[in-house]
Amino acid sequence: MKTNSNRSFYLIPYVVWMLLFVVAPIVLVGYFSLFDLHGNFSFVNYQNFFTSVYLKLTLSSFWYALIITGFTLLIAYPTAYWLTKTKHKQLWLLLIIIPSWINLLLKTYAFIGIFGVFGPINKFLELFGIGKQQILYTDFSFIFVSVYIFIPFMILPIFNSLDKMNPTLIDAARDLGSSTWNTFTKVIFPLTINGVKSGIQAVFIPSLSLFMITRLIAGNKVITLGTAIEQQFLVTQNWGMGSTIAVFLILFMVIIMILTGQKDKGELVNGHNK
Amino acid sequence: MKDIIQAVVAILVVSLVLFIINFQLDKTSGRSGNDSISVYNWGEYIDPESIKQFEKETGITVIYETFDSNEAMMTKIENGGTSYDVAMPSEYAIEKMKKNDLLIPIDHSKIPNLTNIDPYFLDLPFDPGNKYSIPYFWGTVGIAFNPSLLDGQTFESWEDLWDPSLKQEVILVDGAREVMGMGLNTLGYSLNTKDEGQLQEATDKLKTLSPNIKAIIGDEIVETMRRGESAVALVWSGQAADIMYVNEDIDYAVPKEGSNLWFDNMIIPKTAANVEGAHQFINFMLDPKIAAQNADYVGYSTPNEQAIKLMDPKVTGDERFYPTEEMRERLEVYKNLGVETLGKYNELFLEFKMDAQ
Repeated sequence: MKTNSNRSFYLIPYVVWMLLFVVAPIVLVGYFSLFDLHGNFSFVNYQNFFTSVYLKLTLSSFWYALIITGFTLLIAYPTAYWLTKTKHKQLWLLLIIIPSWINLLLKTYAFIGIFGVFGPINKFLELFGIGKQQILYTDFSFIFVSVYIFIPFMILPIFNSLDKMNPTLIDAARDLGSSTWNTFTKVIFPLTINGVKSGIQAVFIPSLSLFMITRLIAGNKVITLGTAIEQQFLVTQNWGMGSTIAVFLILFMVIIMILTGQKDKGELVNGHNK
Repeated sequence: MKDIIQAVVAILVVSLVLFIINFQLDKTSGRSGNDSISVYNWGEYIDPESIKQFEKETGITVIYETFDSNEAMMTKIENGGTSYDVAMPSEYAIEKMKKNDLLIPIDHSKIPNLTNIDPYFLDLPFDPGNKYSIPYFWGTVGIAFNPSLLDGQTFESWEDLWDPSLKQEVILVDGAREVMGMGLNTLGYSLNTKDEGQLQEATDKLKTLSPNIKAIIGDEIVETMRRGESAVALVWSGQAADIMYVNEDIDYAVPKEGSNLWFDNMIIPKTAANVEGAHQFINFMLDPKIAAQNADYVGYSTPNEQAIKLMDPKVTGDERFYPTEEMRERLEVYKNLGVETLGKYNELFLEFKMDAQ
């Protein structure tokens, strides 16, 4: 009995935290989304969301998030794999993690200089006779900077699952005559799929609501759901519409969480049934 | 466990020492912290030197914060949080704040320097009798351009921005009213229109500008234009003055179809904690010497008659920045459109931004 009440006592901070900072905001967002500009109860915001502007916005948000996640994965997986093979794993890992401690805005500002018309990249291009290119304020620069910022978040989970994988399984696959490609697709990748899924969650969901980078690097020519929410709250002062977009953003997050959810049942970890 | 406790103690000791040093420094520099006002202003919109002078003269510490749109400023004041004592919104925002009962009336007996202001800028329709607001700066919206990057184009008309030779060269300021206003002005409509047909027409017109648009950004425009990274930008007059201060190649023009004439005034929000200090600050900013020095630094046009006398006549005689009354006739002042129409403007602006590729 005593241990039981003790346990629920320790739960209090957690429950209070969840109620105040997770449940309450979501309820408030849902509540605000049900009021129009004049504070009357209505579903007009939801109707509005399904007009062409917001649907197009959602689609383009998804499209950019998809591209960003794709490139991040493409770079992060081989990097993580290579990391597990190096001698000083922890040191290399630290070098990759350190940039993520620096404020996101600072890194973004740095890229304004790097990509500028008179920046180092253009100097380099001129050296090779290619001539000055407009790099800043293009889709390319937006995707490049976003990928750069998200890479550590993709590498970490993949590295962890690759590191936990039992290397003898690869030897076993080889011994049984599997080719390198087959070993990868049939053994290594399936065993690290959980790391990939957490990586995708950590990149795709924030990509949907990126907003400072859209202005500083993409010159507002890329609009994400995050930008639209910020605009509705700060500029239009239409809290209802802002909340409605937020409700959909939360919905998309839940869907993605379910799609990339971890199915632990019956899975093999290091060859043992968990 | 012992290690953790030691680490925590070490951090606490270091913080305490830093706190004491900070406190001592504040004391020696005369910042007692008892008497302070918080000023909420646009970015790059005051001479830091004048704040220092104010602190020295009155002993009031100034806590200075900036915003980048009237709407963001209003949202923050409406929701409380920080109790700002003085803010500098534009005329249509003042109209709205007045309506929402967010302002404290200004006691004119405490602002003797008000007599320095040109009567043209007093008693304007958005605040009759200047009951709630005192003029700070005024200016226009127009086009800043770099002739050395262009082949002889001028910008007498908004239509000139549509010139095919300006592909990927035009930067716009990230403001719904400025950009939509430009579209409306190009077609000869009022930039305060509530007519949905006209607004749609303006949006369609703006969409044809897409190939020429390089970016839609905020204060970064100034740096970009200074470095000569872009040839043309839609800006506020003071931003143009800021750019020209560093890069003399740049020119500024207000197109003939008309544009926006705006006034930024100082107000005291309802949330003010130090109303007395706020009055002192407003009066101080109207001092001819301070106003002249401030206008020199900021680059916008001052409404202060006495200050103009102290300034370089080359600056105050420049009709690009101090348009004559006759020229001002062509320009329009923003009206408070109400949430519904403002929402429409923003939605169409969003549509336009999504179309810009």
